[in-house]
Amino acid sequence: MLAAHMDEVGLMVASIEKSGHLKIYPVGGVDERLLLSTSVQVGPDNVPGVIGAKAVHLQKKEERGKAVEFDKLFIDIGAKDKEDAEKATKVGDYVSFLAEGQALQDDLFSGKALDNRAGCAALLEILKKDCPLSFTGVFTVQEEVGLRGAKVAAYRVNPRIALVIETTTAADLPDIKEHDHATSLGKGPAFTLRDDSVITHPQILERLVTVTENDEIPFQFRRFPGSFTDAGAISLSRDGIMSGVISTPCRYLHSPSSLLNLRDWKNLIKVVDGFLNSIVEKGL
Amino acid sequence: MKDLLSRLVDSFGPSGSEETVRSLIKKEIKGLSEEVFEDNLGNLVAYKGPKGVEGDLLIVSHMDEIGLMVTFIDENGFLRFTNIGGLPKNTLVGSRIVFRNGTSGVISQEKVKDQTELDFNKMFIDIGARSKKEALEKVKIGDTAVLVSAFSQECTRLIGKSMDNRAGCALLIETMRRLPASLPHGINFAFTVQEEVGLRGARPVTYSLKPRYGLAVDVTRVGDTPEPEYKMDVSLGKGPAIKVKDSSVICHARVVELMVRTAENNNIPYQMEVLERGGTDAGVIHLSREGVPSGVLSIPCRYVHTSSEMVDLQDLENGVLLLVALLKDKWL
Repeated sequence: MLAAHMDEVGLMVASIEKSGHLKIYPVGGVDERLLLSTSVQVGPDNVPGVIGAKAVHLQKKEERGKAVEFDKLFIDIGAKDKEDAEKATKVGDYVSFLAEGQALQDDLFSGKALDNRAGCAALLEILKKDCPLSFTGVFTVQEEVGLRGAKVAAYRVNPRIALVIETTTAADLPDIKEHDHATSLGKGPAFTLRDDSVITHPQILERLVTVTENDEIPFQFRRFPGSFTDAGAISLSRDGIMSGVISTPCRYLHSPSSLLNLRDWKNLIKVVDGFLNSIVEKGL
Repeated sequence: MKDLLSRLVDSFGPSGSEETVRSLIKKEIKGLSEEVFEDNLGNLVAYKGPKGVEGDLLIVSHMDEIGLMVTFIDENGFLRFTNIGGLPKNTLVGSRIVFRNGTSGVISQEKVKDQTELDFNKMFIDIGARSKKEALEKVKIGDTAVLVSAFSQECTRLIGKSMDNRAGCALLIETMRRLPASLPHGINFAFTVQEEVGLRGARPVTYSLKPRYGLAVDVTRVGDTPEPEYKMDVSLGKGPAIKVKDSSVICHARVVELMVRTAENNNIPYQMEVLERGGTDAGVIHLSREGVPSGVLSIPCRYVHTSSEMVDLQDLENGVLLLVALLKDKWL
């Protein structure tokens, strides 16, 4: 089973104020520091809005210099009042970042939701290839709120081996020491040793490394031990499933402007392809 | 049992890398059960009882231990690492560690302004390598290591690393040795993996075995040292503890009652245990499928998750007596 989650972090309309402003709460791990002044779209009709807060000159002394917290943020869709806002949206509507993908120099690509549309795109490419191994590709839901979709999918598919295709944090930034980089852009797909939900099965890890060595594909180990992935839920399904995680490194994850290197993404596809072929050749 | 325990604690087996301790246990239980198998995640299961009958009881003891994993090797040959399980940050510096291949190292730290800020990413392992190249000849990224500590005995107290939960493994193995040939139930003894990283191994093993009852054997904390972190009415040497609850499970009343009655009837000393923080494999066993009534037999242990954990040999001995008596009894 190859799995890539298709959901992204976002917001939800929590209430509509008398003034027509929308109070919000997060869906998945959203960093409130990134929200102020971002453009968003609200609900099924993609109503445009901006995220606002009290202006700096109205802030109390103790509020200044701090991130505005969720309960002080609101979405402004330009409504005159509550009644006007209710024509465009309702409580429970989802809110997503409005951000177009853009190509930067040197194969770099920026956009919202690269976590984990990059994984979805990779899985689509792999599904298009001729593969002698029969496998199930699963695009999972609700990963960002607790690995929920993968849990039921793994139960249904009941695979022998699972490889999760993810996007993971890159921290190759100024003032961060190399051993704290987690991953770096441009150094190849990242293999998870362990995160908070899974220890990659040693046979899977070893095989991934062998594939990259045979095909001379660059790779890196993910050095950050934290966070959760679908592999956590899959590995404990039924009587246990050997699981691993391969990721495209990505800076500024969970923001409207996440950033990855397309060469890493292409190399990830090569590794997964090589992994599948190697299982046909010699099992795992 | 002391020698058995000493072999077990000296064995290597951080969560996810349990191969060495698993082979040792396999050797120790050879011939003691009708059937032995290893599942997808590495849990070792031994079945004892009538053939062709599904196991009614599942008795588990996790065989993994806390440890660490190499994440990065710098140009000068120093290793960076992450924890495997609840490795204590404040007692690590100066500790000796060892990899499966025998490579040893010492943990030290960068300069920090405030020692309370000390985290794993400020620490490193020195394996004596003079360069990255030299380090790579001995270890690679992803390799795991455990704390080093010599096993010793003072009166009835035993001191060593990974008493959590090799003491439980020893108790299970010794119980298997002493059980009579004919038993009222089919029993699956499972030595589970990855308990220390979130009760992971016990979940799939319970799913596949579908037991009627579950029992975990694990160490528990005590409250009998000077100003303990948590108030707890469990002491070393006063007998095995019958768990009532911890953060992962409220033990099934019927199982608790059976354990208490068995201890009383056989004049085995015991203590009742309420653990405010911490969990055991019973936490996932009792929620498997449509639910499995479960209990926990605990071995009192001081200094849990340090390189020198202390248990009492008499508690272990009484634990074996209690478990043997329990398994000879009819549960259903």
